[in-house]
Amino acid sequence: MARKLLLTHIDVPGINTFEVYRQKGGYRAVEKALKTLSPDDVVEEVKKSGLRGRGGAGFPTGMKWSFLAKPEGVPRYLVCNGDESEPGTFKDRFLMTKIPHALIEGMIVSSYALGANTSYIYIRGEMMPQIRIVEQAIAEAKAAGFLGKNILGSGYDLEIYVQPGGGAYICGEETALLESLEGKRGNPRIKPPFPAVAGLYGCPTVVNNVESIAATVPIVNDGGEEYAKIGIERSTGTKLISASGNIVRPGVYEIELGLPVEEFIYSDDYCGGIANGKRLKAIVAGGSSVPILPTNLAMTTAKGEARLMTYESLADGGFVTGTAMGSGGFIAFDEDQCIVRNTWNFTRFYHHESCGQCSPCREGTGWMEKVLHKIEYGHGDISDIELLWDIQRKIDGNTICPLGDASAWPVASAIRHFRDEFEWHILNPRESQTRNFGLAHYADPLVPVV
Amino acid sequence: MAEEGKFKVTIDGIALDVAPGTTILNAARQIGGDIVPPAMCYYSKLEGSGGKCRTCLVKVSKGSEKDPRPMPKLVASCRTTVMDGMEVQNITSPDVVEARKGVVEMLLINHPLDCPVCDQAGECKLQDLGYEHGADQTRYEFERRTFERIDIGDKIQLHMNRCILCYRCVYVANQLTEGREHGVIHRGDHSEISTFIENALDNDFIGNVIDVCPVGALTDKTFRFKNRVWFTKPVEAHRDCPSCSGKVTLWYKGEEVLRVTGRKDEFNEVDEFICNTCRFDKKKTADWTLEEPTPVDKQSVINANHYENFAPPAVIKEDAKLQAANVEQLARVERLK
Repeated sequence: MARKLLLTHIDVPGINTFEVYRQKGGYRAVEKALKTLSPDDVVEEVKKSGLRGRGGAGFPTGMKWSFLAKPEGVPRYLVCNGDESEPGTFKDRFLMTKIPHALIEGMIVSSYALGANTSYIYIRGEMMPQIRIVEQAIAEAKAAGFLGKNILGSGYDLEIYVQPGGGAYICGEETALLESLEGKRGNPRIKPPFPAVAGLYGCPTVVNNVESIAATVPIVNDGGEEYAKIGIERSTGTKLISASGNIVRPGVYEIELGLPVEEFIYSDDYCGGIANGKRLKAIVAGGSSVPILPTNLAMTTAKGEARLMTYESLADGGFVTGTAMGSGGFIAFDEDQCIVRNTWNFTRFYHHESCGQCSPCREGTGWMEKVLHKIEYGHGDISDIELLWDIQRKIDGNTICPLGDASAWPVASAIRHFRDEFEWHILNPRESQTRNFGLAHYADPLVPVV
Repeated sequence: MAEEGKFKVTIDGIALDVAPGTTILNAARQIGGDIVPPAMCYYSKLEGSGGKCRTCLVKVSKGSEKDPRPMPKLVASCRTTVMDGMEVQNITSPDVVEARKGVVEMLLINHPLDCPVCDQAGECKLQDLGYEHGADQTRYEFERRTFERIDIGDKIQLHMNRCILCYRCVYVANQLTEGREHGVIHRGDHSEISTFIENALDNDFIGNVIDVCPVGALTDKTFRFKNRVWFTKPVEAHRDCPSCSGKVTLWYKGEEVLRVTGRKDEFNEVDEFICNTCRFDKKKTADWTLEEPTPVDKQSVINANHYENFAPPAVIKEDAKLQAANVEQLARVERLK
């Protein structure tokens, strides 16, 4: 069994309470950091660990922290991004429900490293139970003296506040999140300036994902070098993957980065293979935004190497034959699933969630949705495929925030890899209403491993 | 080398020294001519505007003298500041031309294209943009989103159908009024400009939302359906106004003043905001001291037969590279003649 760092004690009853969490060695990182390390030491450890942002972009966390401007007399803020709304991703919700104290402990350590005396946890509005759990955990930590004034006699003060969001996907974009936190409409800001220079209330701010912040706890406990030993190359440590779709055992798994995709799908430790004896057709590796891959490319890269669950390996081949790690929302599609319908569904989501600030995304997402709806319901024209390709190309890279790109990539990859299915849909409008295209040359070519 | 304390920037092969902190768009405006990127949402007089419409996208082919790497994506020139030694491609880059064409298409898919009954026709930036960068035909075959017309006060009407969500009017209202009464509600392509439960905006300067609107979404009800813009003659005038500068443009049809607007520069931006009294109530020649007819440049549709008279700007004539980049546009001008 692979090493676990975040979910080690997940099965211990009552781990969501302060007492049990503390018994299992919780808040050791706070003690270690506040008593023996300077803030810069903590940043150094995180840099050494090679931890990369777990929210989607995979930007090295230590480097992000070292970019934080430190002008005199201006407060600095740490904001935890708990606005997890990517279709297919539910790892942060799981973490906050089961072991909220891991997040609080990480928040204390990270805030200490950044010199923030006020930190916010922005949680999506739909996650009301999680908001209550995290607030409860903050109250418990405060009662035990891990929050408030002069924590553990170190002279360091910290208050953590939970802010419920309104449930908008766009508020997961860091600058939109800051706008929303300030009480404004959640429109992404135009960068530069980046939040590290002018973020919340115009002050230097770091925005990190829930999982990234929780991961600082084992880094401080065991040291950055120890953490960096797990994983391959620049993908170090463990990662929470929320697996869903047509697999035997959907759920949240903590994997060591470097696990082969094939093993993740077929091993009984993880997904346990494809449900109902079906064959795998395609995967989405990191949440709905990343390119969808047919089975043959999901298992092996274009170079013929086995594809691994790492930032580099998943992205191997760029967007032509690769995908991205994203936020770890792993979705598997079996042979009965319709790629056209799925693409339409994803696009419907992005259409609904576009903030409407910049034109290509506001108008283009709705347009793509309508064209895909038309194809899905048997009224498509063969030229619509080219039209879709052109629309996504005009959105990609031309918008303020990555939501535009995120809406374009699934469409681009679906057309790139599953064009024959789109064509079949259009050429057989009646048949496509009653059955699915099934598998073609991209069918699962591999014998499942045990 | 650039002058002391200035940055050298090269836009489409034309070099210029500008002050640090200047945006690419403003640097291009200093050069002038065809290389100025179109701007639908940026308004130099409004703080925080810009970056939204994406029509001003340009390619930065060289970041700066220190870091010559090109920028990975096209950037919004209105919100990107120049660096020393930066090289920018606007109309010389096929990527930019292509992307801009895409943006114009996106802006038009939900636009009603009701120019024949729109008061803005003739001085509409979207119309100009469509002529210059748009396709001949739409590829959008679905129902367009529609809204009911809303009266904002008794003098201003909002046609949300025509709106391109540039947010200029929102910034005007935000920067003029105390409370936040005017803003954007909803999200995505169903977002709409609105006042708080359709409150009339009661502010002496709120008429300026009409001037900043690049399309016909916010129109002057006192001018509504009175005349086409190109039949009216603009004349500069001023009066001694207690609340604003009183410098305006009067739009005459014969002897009659049909409407009053702020004075606009070549980039369609007003020089100074004017008050509602000047705009809506002073519609007699006797109220004003006339100065001179407003100079109308050749590009303007207000100047009759503008396409026949169209001559490529001097910049293009001199530069073979620019000519090559403009083959398509020049050919279209030929066709229109």
